[in-house]
Amino acid sequence: MSPLVSIEALSVVFNGVPVLHGVDLSVRKGEAVGLVGESGSGKSVTWLAALGLLPRHARVSGSVRLDGREILGAPAATLDQVRGGRVAMIFQDPASALNPVLTIRRQLCEALALHRDLSGDALKAEARRLLDLVGIPDAARRLSAYPHEFSGGQVQRIMIAMALAGNPDLLIADEPTTALDATIQAQILELLSSVRRELGMAMVLISHDLGVVAENCDRVAVMYAGRIVEQAPAVALFDDPWHPYAQGLIGALPPLDGPRRRLAAIPGTVPDPSKMPAGCGFAPRCALAVEQCGISAPSLAPLGDARTVACVRAEASRRALLGIAAE
Amino acid sequence: MGRYFAIRIGRALLTIILVVTFAFVVLRLSGDPSLMILGPEAPPEVLAAFRKAWGLDDPIWIQYVDYFGAIAKGELGRSMRDGRPAIQLVLERIPATLALTLPAFAFKVALGIPAGIYAALNRGSAIDRAVMITAVAGFTVPSFVLALLLVLVFAVQLGWLPSGGQDSWRHAILPIATLGLGGAAVLARFTRSAMLEVLGQPYIRTASAKGVPWRKVVTAHALPNAAIPTVTILGFMVGTLIAGAVVVESVFAWPGVGRLLVVAVANRDLSVVQCILLLVAMTMVTSNLIVDFLYGFLDPRLRAKGAHA
Repeated sequence: MSPLVSIEALSVVFNGVPVLHGVDLSVRKGEAVGLVGESGSGKSVTWLAALGLLPRHARVSGSVRLDGREILGAPAATLDQVRGGRVAMIFQDPASALNPVLTIRRQLCEALALHRDLSGDALKAEARRLLDLVGIPDAARRLSAYPHEFSGGQVQRIMIAMALAGNPDLLIADEPTTALDATIQAQILELLSSVRRELGMAMVLISHDLGVVAENCDRVAVMYAGRIVEQAPAVALFDDPWHPYAQGLIGALPPLDGPRRRLAAIPGTVPDPSKMPAGCGFAPRCALAVEQCGISAPSLAPLGDARTVACVRAEASRRALLGIAAE
Repeated sequence: MGRYFAIRIGRALLTIILVVTFAFVVLRLSGDPSLMILGPEAPPEVLAAFRKAWGLDDPIWIQYVDYFGAIAKGELGRSMRDGRPAIQLVLERIPATLALTLPAFAFKVALGIPAGIYAALNRGSAIDRAVMITAVAGFTVPSFVLALLLVLVFAVQLGWLPSGGQDSWRHAILPIATLGLGGAAVLARFTRSAMLEVLGQPYIRTASAKGVPWRKVVTAHALPNAAIPTVTILGFMVGTLIAGAVVVESVFAWPGVGRLLVVAVANRDLSVVQCILLLVAMTMVTSNLIVDFLYGFLDPRLRAKGAHA
């Protein structure tokens, strides 16, 4: 099956500083893909670049195809059809993501009018239906309220309603629960997955929270310093990570069962994008790095079932992990 | 909402009382009007009679109480020079001043706001830099320097326009340009920074992400938000309509309120100065009230706060 969206060799340069180094990622219809990594690893930039939402001074290159049609550098009118209509996006901080001086009705109906052939009463009815769908009580009355009159969780629900307005094939959820309380997080994730199931919509869940991604995604890609370093089906990745960075990330999670153990931290810090090492971005922090790692950055190579890893030491790294487990 | 405005109107009245009191005290401490008007050579008994006639020999607090008593009755005193009611002298001059400040205000808005928006939307472009350099120049060059520069170029060198007086509409062009250019620069800077601030907000990205065309993102999402800080500076400019042209009227010999103020201060014509300052304070305070009202209209968050206050 051909992918819904396929990103190839996507690179972004901000003021001469490369922040994304050739990202390859595809999303199939109805699939839930997790994108994990530390802040600054390029998770959000990947999708903002793909949808042409980066500021003008960002230099974007590579290819982004939607149903086989190139959208990177497409004319503004084409992109306006894609955004919200085919690919919708919701963001991290719901409090500032809605326009504070416009009513919810204005903002919701704007999205509906842009992508659906609705007007008048049908438009209003659809806006009410969407608010009902995302669980805003008393939708008819709440439509005339302003964003500051809602709680953070409710605003994120409204953002989801707005994202659904254009019946998109893909929803990019960029850290949708990071700014919310733990109990509200669970509700929002629940809402996202139920909506996705009902509408058969694909989703990319961008998060630094591995637990959130593990529970909600079919496939996971791990990003580090502007590159995807490993991608695999969610279960395979969490059970058996190959890339040393992915191992480090998952090793830093507290185990839910078994004896308490010291959490393993990855030594060092993420390199500054303007002082990126020549070879693999993770090599300076990697216990298994060899000379070759400092020379050229490895590209993603298929390893095993449905898994790609960008590491010349992947086999050694896996053996090391299995060795530790066997001891 | 009612309480929101009751508090603001109370504050406005207090501001006016403070301004008038300050003017009253400073004027009486800064020189004897009788000496200024009758001259230092006047015989002592004439000076004493003048002081007695105008109540200047009373202790200052009695003069102050009398002054407020008169204001309460709607009397703003008479000019010590020609005995005419001060308010009449001032009102006579207002049309001349408005003939400069109103077109200058329109000029500021028509030039400054679009220039600021354009500069913000094309940040870093040659036009943005040109607007900013012009704005900084307009911001820093004092109005009398700009006025003299314009006179030098358009009156002296080119001979296109008169350098002063009030005989025809052509006499108004240079004073209006002086007032308007400086104000447009201030407004362009404010509008630009307000727009840049708003364009960097996440809700602008949200609007783009839902497929709103850029032109509409600017008009429907950015401008209504950028209007909030811009209204503040506009309100200040409305407040200067009555007496914002003191320097320019003096340079161009334009017989408006500003020039009357300069002459009245020089002569210690107390009632006239106080009358003008009262009027200035009232216009300032009124325009501030209008701004407060507009905030409530433009920003639903403030509206809610006002309702609960």
